[in-house]
Amino acid sequence: MSHRVIVPIGPYHPLQEEPEFFQLYVEGEKVVDIDIIIGYNHRGIEKLAEGKHFDQIPFLVERICGICSSSHPYAYVLAVEDILGGESRIVPERALYIRTIVNELERIHSHLLWLGLAGHFIGYNTVWMWAWRYREPVLDCFEMITGNRNNYAMFKVGGIRRDIKEEDLPVIKKLLDELVPAVDMFKGAVMDDPVIQARLKGIGILTKKQAVDWCVVGPTARASGLNIDVRRDDPYGAYDRLDWNVIIEKEGDIFAKTIVRIMELYESVRIIRKCLDKMPAGAIDANIKDIPPGEGIGRVEAPRGECFHYVKSDGTNRPVRHKIRAPSYMNVASNKVAAVGGTISDATITLAAVDPCYCCTERVTVINRPDNHKIMNGWDLIKLSQEKTRKLRGVLLWKI
Amino acid sequence: MQTKDKIKERLAGKIKDWKEVSARRIYLGINKEDIYGVVEILFKEIGLRFSTASGVDTPSGFEILYHFSFDQAGEFYSLRVLINDKKNPVIDSLTPLFAGAEWIEREIWEMLGINFKNHPNLKRLLLADDWPEGKYPLRSNHES
Repeated sequence: MSHRVIVPIGPYHPLQEEPEFFQLYVEGEKVVDIDIIIGYNHRGIEKLAEGKHFDQIPFLVERICGICSSSHPYAYVLAVEDILGGESRIVPERALYIRTIVNELERIHSHLLWLGLAGHFIGYNTVWMWAWRYREPVLDCFEMITGNRNNYAMFKVGGIRRDIKEEDLPVIKKLLDELVPAVDMFKGAVMDDPVIQARLKGIGILTKKQAVDWCVVGPTARASGLNIDVRRDDPYGAYDRLDWNVIIEKEGDIFAKTIVRIMELYESVRIIRKCLDKMPAGAIDANIKDIPPGEGIGRVEAPRGECFHYVKSDGTNRPVRHKIRAPSYMNVASNKVAAVGGTISDATITLAAVDPCYCCTERVTVINRPDNHKIMNGWDLIKLSQEKTRKLRGVLLWKI
Repeated sequence: MQTKDKIKERLAGKIKDWKEVSARRIYLGINKEDIYGVVEILFKEIGLRFSTASGVDTPSGFEILYHFSFDQAGEFYSLRVLINDKKNPVIDSLTPLFAGAEWIEREIWEMLGINFKNHPNLKRLLLADDWPEGKYPLRSNHES
Protein backbone atom coordinates (compact mmCIF):
# COMPACT_ATOMS: atom_id res chain seq x y z
CA MET A 1 0.00 0.00 0.00
CA SER A 2 1.30 3.41 -0.90
CA HIS A 3 2.07 5.94 1.74
CA ARG A 4 0.90 9.54 1.30
CA VAL A 5 3.26 12.34 2.30
CA ILE A 6 2.83 16.12 2.19
CA VAL A 7 5.67 18.06 0.59
CA PRO A 8 5.34 21.75 1.42
CA ILE A 9 6.66 24.34 -1.04
CA GLY A 10 6.43 27.72 0.62
CA PRO A 11 4.99 29.90 2.20
CA TYR A 12 7.99 31.61 0.65
CA HIS A 13 8.74 29.81 -2.57
CA PRO A 14 12.48 29.06 -2.71
CA LEU A 15 12.67 29.53 -6.48
CA GLN A 16 9.78 31.74 -7.49
CA GLU A 17 10.76 34.11 -4.71
CA GLU A 18 7.26 35.20 -3.88
CA PRO A 19 5.02 34.24 -1.00
CA GLU A 20 2.76 31.40 -2.06
CA PHE A 21 2.25 28.01 -0.54
CA PHE A 22 1.83 24.78 -2.44
CA GLN A 23 1.15 21.64 -0.48
CA LEU A 24 1.92 18.64 -2.64
CA TYR A 25 0.37 15.35 -1.60
CA VAL A 26 2.72 12.71 -2.91
CA GLU A 27 2.75 8.94 -3.04
CA GLY A 28 6.31 7.95 -3.75
CA GLU A 29 7.40 10.31 -6.51
CA LYS A 30 3.91 10.91 -7.82
CA VAL A 31 1.87 14.02 -7.01
CA VAL A 32 -1.67 12.86 -6.25
CA ASP A 33 -3.22 16.11 -5.00
CA ILE A 34 -2.26 19.71 -4.39
CA ASP A 35 -3.45 22.51 -2.13
CA ILE A 36 -2.73 26.03 -3.29
CA ILE A 37 -2.75 28.58 -0.49
CA ILE A 38 -2.41 32.23 -1.44
CA GLY A 39 -3.11 35.56 0.22
CA TYR A 40 0.32 36.29 1.73
CA ASN A 41 0.70 39.19 -0.66
CA HIS A 42 -2.80 40.62 -0.28
CA ARG A 43 -2.62 44.39 0.08
CA GLY A 44 -6.27 45.37 -0.28
CA ILE A 45 -5.74 47.41 -3.43
CA GLU A 46 -9.42 47.30 -4.44
CA LYS A 47 -10.31 48.85 -1.09
CA LEU A 48 -7.51 51.41 -1.38
CA ALA A 49 -8.77 52.41 -4.84
CA GLU A 50 -12.13 53.40 -3.37
CA GLY A 51 -10.33 56.11 -1.40
CA LYS A 52 -8.39 57.59 -4.30
CA HIS A 53 -9.56 59.85 -7.08
CA PHE A 54 -9.63 58.73 -10.69
CA ASP A 55 -6.29 60.30 -11.59
CA GLN A 56 -4.42 58.71 -8.69
CA ILE A 57 -5.51 55.16 -9.36
CA PRO A 58 -3.15 54.45 -12.32
CA PHE A 59 -0.22 55.03 -9.93
CA LEU A 60 -1.78 52.65 -7.44
CA VAL A 61 -2.63 49.84 -9.85
CA GLU A 62 0.71 49.84 -11.64
CA ARG A 63 2.19 48.88 -8.30
CA ILE A 64 0.10 45.70 -8.16
CA CYS A 65 2.91 44.02 -10.04
CA GLY A 66 6.26 45.26 -11.22
CA ILE A 67 6.07 43.21 -14.41
CA CYS A 68 2.56 44.17 -15.49
CA SER A 69 3.01 47.80 -14.62
CA SER A 70 1.57 48.86 -17.94
CA SER A 71 -1.21 46.27 -18.26
CA HIS A 72 -2.97 47.14 -15.00
CA PRO A 73 -3.11 50.91 -15.50
CA TYR A 74 -4.02 50.32 -19.14
CA ALA A 75 -6.95 48.08 -18.21
CA TYR A 76 -8.01 50.62 -15.61
CA VAL A 77 -7.99 53.60 -18.00
CA LEU A 78 -9.85 51.48 -20.56
CA ALA A 79 -12.53 50.79 -17.95
CA VAL A 80 -12.91 54.50 -17.17
CA GLU A 81 -12.87 55.36 -20.87
CA ASP A 82 -15.58 52.72 -21.33
CA ILE A 83 -17.78 54.90 -19.08
CA LEU A 84 -16.89 57.88 -21.25
CA GLY A 85 -17.83 56.15 -24.51
CA GLY A 86 -14.83 54.02 -25.44
CA GLU A 87 -11.10 54.44 -25.93
CA SER A 88 -11.17 54.84 -29.70
CA ARG A 89 -13.68 57.68 -29.48
CA ILE A 90 -11.81 59.91 -27.06
CA VAL A 91 -8.11 59.07 -27.05
CA PRO A 92 -5.94 60.78 -29.70
CA GLU A 93 -4.50 58.55 -32.41
CA ARG A 94 -0.85 59.04 -31.43
CA ALA A 95 -1.59 58.05 -27.85
CA LEU A 96 -3.16 54.80 -29.06
CA TYR A 97 0.06 53.87 -30.83
CA ILE A 98 2.27 54.79 -27.89
CA ARG A 99 0.04 52.78 -25.56
CA THR A 100 0.47 49.80 -27.88
CA ILE A 101 4.25 50.20 -27.99
CA VAL A 102 4.55 50.35 -24.20
CA ASN A 103 2.25 47.35 -23.83
CA GLU A 104 4.26 45.25 -26.29
CA LEU A 105 7.63 46.23 -24.81
CA GLU A 106 6.22 44.98 -21.55
CA ARG A 107 5.31 41.66 -23.14
CA ILE A 108 8.86 41.31 -24.48
CA HIS A 109 10.53 41.92 -21.14
CA SER A 110 8.02 39.73 -19.33
CA HIS A 111 8.38 36.76 -21.69
CA LEU A 112 12.17 37.04 -21.54
CA LEU A 113 11.94 37.10 -17.76
CA TRP A 114 9.82 33.96 -17.77
CA LEU A 115 12.09 32.22 -20.26
CA GLY A 116 15.07 32.91 -18.03
CA LEU A 117 13.28 31.70 -14.92
CA ALA A 118 12.02 28.59 -16.68
CA GLY A 119 15.60 27.80 -17.66
CA HIS A 120 16.68 28.38 -14.08
CA PHE A 121 13.94 26.08 -12.75
CA ILE A 122 14.99 23.17 -14.91
CA GLY A 123 18.64 23.71 -14.08
CA TYR A 124 19.57 25.30 -17.38
CA ASN A 125 21.16 28.41 -16.00
CA THR A 126 22.74 29.46 -19.30
CA VAL A 127 19.29 30.24 -20.68
CA TRP A 128 18.58 32.21 -17.52
CA MET A 129 21.68 34.38 -17.86
CA TRP A 130 21.24 34.95 -21.59
CA ALA A 131 17.51 35.70 -21.42
CA TRP A 132 18.03 38.26 -18.69
CA ARG A 133 20.98 39.71 -20.49
CA TYR A 134 18.66 40.52 -23.42
CA ARG A 135 15.89 41.67 -21.09
CA GLU A 136 18.14 44.35 -19.64
CA PRO A 137 18.25 46.57 -22.79
CA VAL A 138 14.44 46.41 -22.92
CA LEU A 139 14.29 47.82 -19.40
CA ASP A 140 16.86 50.45 -20.37
CA CYS A 141 14.60 51.33 -23.29
CA PHE A 142 11.71 51.73 -20.84
CA GLU A 143 13.85 54.00 -18.73
CA MET A 144 14.61 56.10 -21.78
CA ILE A 145 10.97 56.39 -22.85
CA THR A 146 9.25 56.69 -19.49
CA GLY A 147 12.00 57.59 -17.03
CA ASN A 148 11.67 54.35 -15.11
CA ARG A 149 12.43 50.66 -15.56
CA ASN A 150 9.21 49.63 -13.85
CA ASN A 151 6.08 51.54 -12.83
CA TYR A 152 6.16 53.67 -15.95
CA ALA A 153 3.40 56.14 -15.06
CA MET A 154 2.56 56.43 -18.76
CA PHE A 155 -1.18 55.96 -18.61
CA LYS A 156 -3.86 58.47 -17.74
CA VAL A 157 -7.55 58.63 -18.53
CA GLY A 158 -7.87 60.13 -21.99
CA GLY A 159 -4.30 59.65 -23.15
CA ILE A 160 -0.75 59.21 -21.97
CA ARG A 161 1.51 61.32 -19.81
CA ARG A 162 4.57 61.72 -22.02
CA ASP A 163 5.39 61.48 -25.67
CA ILE A 164 8.03 59.31 -27.31
CA LYS A 165 10.63 61.73 -28.60
CA GLU A 166 11.70 61.71 -32.21
CA GLU A 167 15.33 61.11 -31.21
CA ASP A 168 14.32 57.98 -29.24
CA LEU A 169 12.84 56.21 -32.26
CA PRO A 170 16.16 54.98 -33.75
CA VAL A 171 17.15 53.65 -30.34
CA ILE A 172 13.97 51.58 -30.08
CA LYS A 173 14.43 50.33 -33.66
CA LYS A 174 18.00 49.32 -32.90
CA LEU A 175 16.86 47.50 -29.78
CA LEU A 176 14.37 45.50 -31.84
CA ASP A 177 16.98 44.73 -34.49
CA GLU A 178 19.30 43.33 -31.86
CA LEU A 179 16.53 41.41 -30.16
CA VAL A 180 15.49 39.32 -33.15
CA PRO A 181 18.78 37.34 -33.44
CA ALA A 182 18.60 36.78 -29.68
CA VAL A 183 15.09 35.33 -29.97
CA ASP A 184 16.34 33.19 -32.87
CA MET A 185 19.00 31.88 -30.54
CA PHE A 186 16.47 31.05 -27.79
CA LYS A 187 14.16 29.41 -30.29
CA GLY A 188 17.03 27.24 -31.47
CA ALA A 189 18.16 26.51 -27.92
CA VAL A 190 14.70 25.30 -26.94
CA MET A 191 13.56 23.57 -30.12
CA ASP A 192 16.78 21.78 -31.00
CA ASP A 193 17.92 20.74 -27.56
CA PRO A 194 16.96 17.11 -26.89
CA VAL A 195 17.42 17.59 -23.14
CA ILE A 196 14.93 20.47 -22.97
CA GLN A 197 12.50 18.50 -25.12
CA ALA A 198 12.81 15.50 -22.83
CA ARG A 199 12.34 17.75 -19.82
CA LEU A 200 9.35 19.78 -21.04
CA LYS A 201 7.42 17.66 -23.52
CA GLY A 202 4.43 15.79 -22.21
CA ILE A 203 4.58 17.15 -18.67
CA GLY A 204 2.22 19.51 -16.84
CA ILE A 205 -0.43 18.97 -19.49
CA LEU A 206 -3.54 21.11 -19.38
CA THR A 207 -6.00 19.73 -21.92
CA LYS A 208 -8.31 21.97 -23.90
CA LYS A 209 -11.30 20.77 -21.91
CA GLN A 210 -9.53 21.52 -18.64
CA ALA A 211 -8.48 24.92 -19.95
CA VAL A 212 -12.12 25.78 -20.63
CA ASP A 213 -13.22 24.40 -17.28
CA TRP A 214 -10.64 26.42 -15.32
CA CYS A 215 -11.23 29.51 -17.49
CA VAL A 216 -7.50 30.05 -18.03
CA VAL A 217 -6.25 32.94 -20.15
CA GLY A 218 -3.23 34.12 -22.10
CA PRO A 219 -0.34 31.88 -23.20
CA THR A 220 -1.57 29.18 -20.79
CA ALA A 221 -4.85 29.00 -22.72
CA ARG A 222 -3.29 29.42 -26.15
CA ALA A 223 -0.85 26.56 -25.49
CA SER A 224 -3.87 24.34 -24.82
CA GLY A 225 -5.48 25.18 -28.15
CA LEU A 226 -7.87 27.91 -27.03
CA ASN A 227 -7.93 30.59 -29.69
CA ILE A 228 -8.30 33.65 -27.46
CA ASP A 229 -6.44 36.92 -27.35
CA VAL A 230 -8.03 40.15 -26.13
CA ARG A 231 -5.82 42.18 -28.47
CA ARG A 232 -7.59 40.63 -31.44
CA ASP A 233 -11.00 39.76 -29.97
CA ASP A 234 -11.82 43.05 -28.24
CA PRO A 235 -9.19 45.36 -29.74
CA TYR A 236 -7.85 48.38 -27.92
CA GLY A 237 -4.94 50.70 -28.67
CA ALA A 238 -3.78 50.36 -32.25
CA TYR A 239 -3.98 46.55 -32.51
CA ASP A 240 -6.86 46.52 -34.99
CA ARG A 241 -4.88 48.78 -37.34
CA LEU A 242 -1.89 46.40 -37.50
CA ASP A 243 -1.23 43.03 -39.02
CA TRP A 244 -0.04 40.36 -36.58
CA ASN A 245 -0.76 36.76 -35.59
CA VAL A 246 -2.12 34.99 -32.53
CA ILE A 247 0.10 32.03 -31.65
CA ILE A 248 -1.76 28.82 -30.87
CA GLU A 249 -0.33 25.44 -29.87
CA LYS A 250 -2.39 22.34 -29.19
CA GLU A 251 -0.40 20.11 -26.86
CA GLY A 252 -1.02 21.93 -23.59
CA ASP A 253 2.31 20.82 -22.10
CA ILE A 254 5.10 23.06 -20.87
CA PHE A 255 6.96 22.81 -24.16
CA ALA A 256 3.89 24.27 -25.92
CA LYS A 257 3.71 27.10 -23.39
CA THR A 258 7.37 27.88 -24.02
CA ILE A 259 6.91 27.89 -27.79
CA VAL A 260 3.87 30.18 -27.53
CA ARG A 261 5.85 32.70 -25.49
CA ILE A 262 8.93 32.59 -27.72
CA MET A 263 6.88 33.01 -30.89
CA GLU A 264 4.94 35.85 -29.29
CA LEU A 265 8.23 37.70 -28.91
CA TYR A 266 8.51 37.84 -32.71
CA GLU A 267 4.94 39.11 -32.98
CA SER A 268 5.60 41.80 -30.37
CA VAL A 269 8.67 42.98 -32.27
CA ARG A 270 6.56 43.07 -35.43
CA ILE A 271 3.80 45.07 -33.74
CA ILE A 272 6.22 47.65 -32.31
CA ARG A 273 7.99 48.07 -35.66
CA LYS A 274 4.68 48.70 -37.40
CA CYS A 275 3.63 51.13 -34.68
CA LEU A 276 6.84 53.10 -35.08
CA ASP A 277 6.30 53.32 -38.83
CA LYS A 278 2.63 54.23 -38.75
CA MET A 279 2.50 56.42 -35.64
CA PRO A 280 0.99 59.78 -36.60
CA ALA A 281 2.01 63.10 -35.08
CA GLY A 282 -0.39 65.01 -32.89
CA ALA A 283 -1.83 65.34 -29.41
CA ILE A 284 -1.31 62.65 -26.80
CA ASP A 285 -3.98 63.60 -24.28
CA ALA A 286 -7.68 64.41 -24.50
CA ASN A 287 -7.71 66.32 -21.17
CA ILE A 288 -10.64 64.57 -19.57
CA LYS A 289 -11.94 66.48 -16.55
CA ASP A 290 -15.06 64.77 -15.22
CA ILE A 291 -16.10 61.15 -15.05
CA PRO A 292 -19.88 60.75 -15.35
CA PRO A 293 -21.84 58.15 -13.37
CA GLY A 294 -21.81 54.71 -14.93
CA GLU A 295 -19.85 51.49 -15.07
CA GLY A 296 -17.13 50.37 -17.38
CA ILE A 297 -15.03 47.34 -18.16
CA GLY A 298 -11.45 47.39 -19.37
CA ARG A 299 -9.62 44.35 -20.70
CA VAL A 300 -5.99 44.16 -21.70
CA GLU A 301 -4.00 41.17 -22.92
CA ALA A 302 -1.22 41.28 -20.34
CA PRO A 303 1.83 39.02 -20.90
CA ARG A 304 0.04 36.40 -18.79
CA GLY A 305 -3.42 36.82 -20.27
CA GLU A 306 -6.57 38.84 -19.92
CA CYS A 307 -6.25 41.52 -17.26
CA PHE A 308 -9.70 42.69 -16.20
CA HIS A 309 -10.75 45.92 -14.49
CA TYR A 310 -14.28 46.98 -13.62
CA VAL A 311 -14.95 50.53 -12.45
CA LYS A 312 -18.23 51.89 -11.14
CA SER A 313 -18.60 55.64 -10.84
CA ASP A 314 -21.37 57.64 -9.15
CA GLY A 315 -20.33 60.98 -10.64
CA THR A 316 -17.97 61.99 -7.82
CA ASN A 317 -14.21 62.00 -8.28
CA ARG A 318 -13.75 58.54 -6.77
CA PRO A 319 -14.95 55.14 -7.92
CA VAL A 320 -17.62 53.39 -5.87
CA ARG A 321 -16.17 50.03 -6.78
CA HIS A 322 -13.03 48.98 -8.56
CA LYS A 323 -12.66 45.27 -9.26
CA ILE A 324 -9.36 43.92 -10.50
CA ARG A 325 -8.73 40.43 -11.79
CA ALA A 326 -5.18 39.65 -12.80
CA PRO A 327 -4.63 36.79 -15.28
CA SER A 328 -2.63 34.66 -12.83
CA TYR A 329 -5.76 34.48 -10.66
CA MET A 330 -7.27 32.11 -13.21
CA ASN A 331 -4.02 30.46 -14.35
CA VAL A 332 -2.51 29.56 -10.96
CA ALA A 333 -5.70 27.78 -9.91
CA SER A 334 -5.37 25.46 -12.92
CA ASN A 335 -2.19 23.98 -11.40
CA LYS A 336 -4.60 21.83 -9.46
CA VAL A 337 -5.02 19.71 -12.57
CA ALA A 338 -1.75 20.42 -14.38
CA ALA A 339 0.56 19.32 -11.56
CA VAL A 340 -1.45 16.34 -10.33
CA GLY A 341 -0.36 13.08 -11.92
CA GLY A 342 3.19 14.24 -12.51
CA THR A 343 6.27 13.69 -10.38
CA ILE A 344 7.66 16.01 -7.71
CA SER A 345 10.60 16.94 -9.89
CA ASP A 346 8.23 18.03 -12.66
CA ALA A 347 6.07 20.00 -10.24
CA THR A 348 8.70 22.73 -9.89
CA ILE A 349 8.52 23.70 -13.54
CA THR A 350 4.81 22.89 -13.90
CA LEU A 351 3.88 25.29 -11.11
CA ALA A 352 5.99 27.97 -12.80
CA ALA A 353 4.81 27.29 -16.34
CA VAL A 354 1.74 29.52 -16.06
CA ASP A 355 4.15 32.36 -15.33
CA PRO A 356 2.75 33.44 -11.97
CA CYS A 357 3.23 37.14 -11.35
CA TYR A 358 6.40 38.09 -9.50
CA CYS A 359 7.34 41.38 -7.95
CA CYS A 360 10.92 41.91 -8.96
CA THR A 361 11.10 45.65 -8.76
CA GLU A 362 13.70 45.96 -6.08
CA ARG A 363 16.85 47.64 -7.17
CA VAL A 364 19.95 48.48 -5.20
CA THR A 365 20.39 52.22 -5.12
CA VAL A 366 22.81 53.13 -2.31
CA ILE A 367 26.09 51.46 -1.45
CA ASN A 368 27.00 51.85 2.20
CA ARG A 369 30.67 51.35 2.78
CA PRO A 370 32.05 51.33 6.31
CA ASP A 371 34.72 53.92 5.49
CA ASN A 372 32.46 56.25 3.56
CA HIS A 373 28.89 56.36 4.83
CA LYS A 374 26.51 58.02 2.49
CA ILE A 375 22.97 58.92 3.43
CA MET A 376 20.58 59.75 0.65
CA ASN A 377 17.11 61.18 0.93
CA GLY A 378 14.32 60.72 -1.62
CA TRP A 379 15.39 63.73 -3.67
CA ASP A 380 18.97 62.52 -3.92
CA LEU A 381 17.70 59.22 -5.25
CA ILE A 382 15.50 60.92 -7.82
CA LYS A 383 18.44 63.10 -8.92
CA LEU A 384 20.63 60.01 -9.17
CA SER A 385 18.02 58.28 -11.28
CA GLN A 386 17.59 61.30 -13.57
CA GLU A 387 21.34 61.52 -14.01
CA LYS A 388 21.46 57.88 -14.98
CA THR A 389 18.63 58.34 -17.48
CA ARG A 390 20.50 61.24 -19.08
CA LYS A 391 23.71 59.29 -19.17
CA LEU A 392 21.96 56.25 -20.59
CA ARG A 393 20.31 58.26 -23.32
CA GLY A 394 23.73 59.69 -24.22
CA VAL A 395 25.34 56.25 -24.37
CA LEU A 396 22.54 54.62 -26.34
CA LEU A 397 22.52 57.48 -28.84
CA TRP A 398 26.26 57.40 -29.07
CA LYS A 399 26.27 53.68 -29.92
CA ILE A 400 24.30 54.02 -33.16
CA MET B 1 -28.04 33.55 -35.82
CA GLN B 2 -26.11 36.11 -33.81
CA THR B 3 -25.06 35.19 -30.31
CA LYS B 4 -27.01 38.08 -28.84
CA ASP B 5 -30.25 36.81 -30.39
CA LYS B 6 -29.46 33.24 -29.42
CA ILE B 7 -28.96 34.28 -25.80
CA LYS B 8 -32.20 36.27 -25.83
CA GLU B 9 -34.06 33.30 -27.24
CA ARG B 10 -32.57 30.67 -24.91
CA LEU B 11 -33.04 32.84 -21.83
CA ALA B 12 -36.53 34.04 -22.77
CA GLY B 13 -38.52 34.95 -19.68
CA LYS B 14 -35.47 35.01 -17.44
CA ILE B 15 -33.92 38.28 -18.56
CA LYS B 16 -35.27 41.13 -16.45
CA ASP B 17 -33.49 43.86 -18.37
CA TRP B 18 -31.11 43.95 -21.32
CA LYS B 19 -28.83 46.92 -21.77
CA GLU B 20 -26.33 47.31 -24.59
CA VAL B 21 -24.02 50.10 -23.50
CA SER B 22 -22.07 49.62 -26.71
CA ALA B 23 -21.89 46.91 -29.36
CA ARG B 24 -19.45 44.94 -27.21
CA ARG B 25 -20.70 45.62 -23.69
CA ILE B 26 -23.95 43.98 -22.71
CA TYR B 27 -25.43 44.06 -19.22
CA LEU B 28 -28.31 41.77 -18.40
CA GLY B 29 -30.23 41.51 -15.17
CA ILE B 30 -31.64 38.21 -13.91
CA ASN B 31 -33.19 36.88 -10.70
CA LYS B 32 -30.79 35.32 -8.27
CA GLU B 33 -32.80 32.08 -8.23
CA ASP B 34 -32.12 31.64 -11.96
CA ILE B 35 -28.34 32.07 -11.80
CA TYR B 36 -27.33 28.41 -11.99
CA GLY B 37 -29.62 27.57 -14.89
CA VAL B 38 -28.75 30.70 -16.83
CA VAL B 39 -25.00 30.23 -16.45
CA GLU B 40 -25.34 26.58 -17.40
CA ILE B 41 -26.85 27.68 -20.72
CA LEU B 42 -24.32 30.48 -21.27
CA PHE B 43 -21.22 28.50 -20.33
CA LYS B 44 -21.99 24.96 -21.47
CA GLU B 45 -24.30 25.54 -24.40
CA ILE B 46 -23.37 28.89 -25.93
CA GLY B 47 -19.72 28.59 -24.95
CA LEU B 48 -19.03 31.87 -23.18
CA ARG B 49 -15.82 32.09 -21.18
CA PHE B 50 -16.16 33.04 -17.52
CA SER B 51 -13.93 36.01 -16.84
CA THR B 52 -14.64 36.86 -13.23
CA ALA B 53 -17.34 38.10 -10.85
CA SER B 54 -17.49 41.29 -8.85
CA GLY B 55 -19.59 42.00 -5.79
CA VAL B 56 -20.74 45.44 -4.68
CA ASP B 57 -22.53 46.48 -1.51
CA THR B 58 -25.37 48.78 -2.62
CA PRO B 59 -28.12 50.38 -0.49
CA SER B 60 -30.72 47.96 -1.90
CA GLY B 61 -28.66 44.82 -1.38
CA PHE B 62 -25.61 43.00 -2.60
CA GLU B 63 -25.09 43.14 -6.31
CA ILE B 64 -22.97 40.51 -8.05
CA LEU B 65 -21.88 40.95 -11.63
CA TYR B 66 -20.82 37.75 -13.39
CA HIS B 67 -18.64 38.68 -16.34
CA PHE B 68 -18.57 36.44 -19.39
CA SER B 69 -16.61 36.90 -22.56
CA PHE B 70 -17.65 35.70 -25.98
CA ASP B 71 -14.24 35.80 -27.61
CA GLN B 72 -15.22 34.92 -31.17
CA ALA B 73 -17.15 38.18 -31.44
CA GLY B 74 -15.35 40.18 -28.77
CA GLU B 75 -18.60 40.66 -26.87
CA PHE B 76 -18.63 40.96 -23.12
CA TYR B 77 -21.71 39.98 -21.13
CA SER B 78 -22.19 41.01 -17.52
CA LEU B 79 -24.95 39.22 -15.64
CA ARG B 80 -26.34 41.37 -12.87
CA VAL B 81 -27.87 39.68 -9.83
CA LEU B 82 -29.26 41.47 -6.79
CA ILE B 83 -29.41 39.78 -3.40
CA ASN B 84 -31.89 41.77 -1.29
CA ASP B 85 -31.43 39.92 1.97
CA LYS B 86 -28.57 41.82 3.57
CA LYS B 87 -28.70 39.84 6.82
CA ASN B 88 -28.25 36.43 5.33
CA PRO B 89 -27.18 36.75 1.70
CA VAL B 90 -27.12 33.43 -0.16
CA ILE B 91 -26.77 32.51 -3.82
CA ASP B 92 -26.12 29.26 -5.69
CA SER B 93 -22.49 28.45 -6.31
CA LEU B 94 -21.27 28.06 -9.88
CA THR B 95 -18.25 25.94 -8.91
CA PRO B 96 -20.12 22.65 -9.48
CA LEU B 97 -20.60 23.84 -13.10
CA PHE B 98 -16.99 24.80 -13.79
CA ALA B 99 -13.87 24.88 -11.66
CA GLY B 100 -12.85 28.41 -12.65
CA ALA B 101 -15.45 29.93 -10.32
CA GLU B 102 -14.01 28.45 -7.14
CA TRP B 103 -11.54 31.15 -6.14
CA ILE B 104 -13.65 34.19 -6.98
CA GLU B 105 -16.60 32.81 -5.00
CA ARG B 106 -14.32 32.24 -2.03
CA GLU B 107 -13.08 35.82 -2.39
CA ILE B 108 -16.58 37.30 -2.54
CA TRP B 109 -17.56 35.18 0.44
CA GLU B 110 -14.74 36.48 2.63
CA MET B 111 -14.84 40.09 1.39
CA LEU B 112 -18.60 40.66 1.34
CA GLY B 113 -19.98 37.81 3.42
CA ILE B 114 -22.16 36.33 0.67
CA ASN B 115 -22.76 32.62 1.10
CA PHE B 116 -22.45 30.34 -1.89
CA LYS B 117 -24.75 27.33 -1.68
CA ASN B 118 -23.20 24.00 -2.76
CA HIS B 119 -19.68 25.42 -2.95
CA PRO B 120 -17.36 22.44 -2.35
CA ASN B 121 -14.57 24.33 -0.63
CA LEU B 122 -15.80 27.58 0.90
CA LYS B 123 -12.81 28.74 2.93
CA ARG B 124 -10.63 31.83 3.05
CA LEU B 125 -8.56 32.69 0.01
CA LEU B 126 -6.85 36.04 0.58
CA LEU B 127 -7.55 37.29 4.09
CA ALA B 128 -5.14 36.50 6.90
CA ASP B 129 -5.82 33.61 9.26
CA ASP B 130 -6.18 35.99 12.22
CA TRP B 131 -8.72 38.22 10.49
CA PRO B 132 -11.79 38.34 12.79
CA GLU B 133 -14.82 36.23 11.87
CA GLY B 134 -17.83 38.12 10.61
CA LYS B 135 -15.92 41.22 9.48
CA TYR B 136 -16.23 41.86 5.78
CA PRO B 137 -13.84 44.49 4.43
CA LEU B 138 -15.73 45.35 1.25
CA ARG B 139 -19.04 45.96 2.96
CA SER B 140 -19.94 49.65 3.04
CA ASN B 141 -20.29 49.68 6.83
CA HIS B 142 -16.78 48.33 7.33
CA GLU B 143 -14.48 50.75 9.13
CA SER B 144 -10.90 50.51 8.02
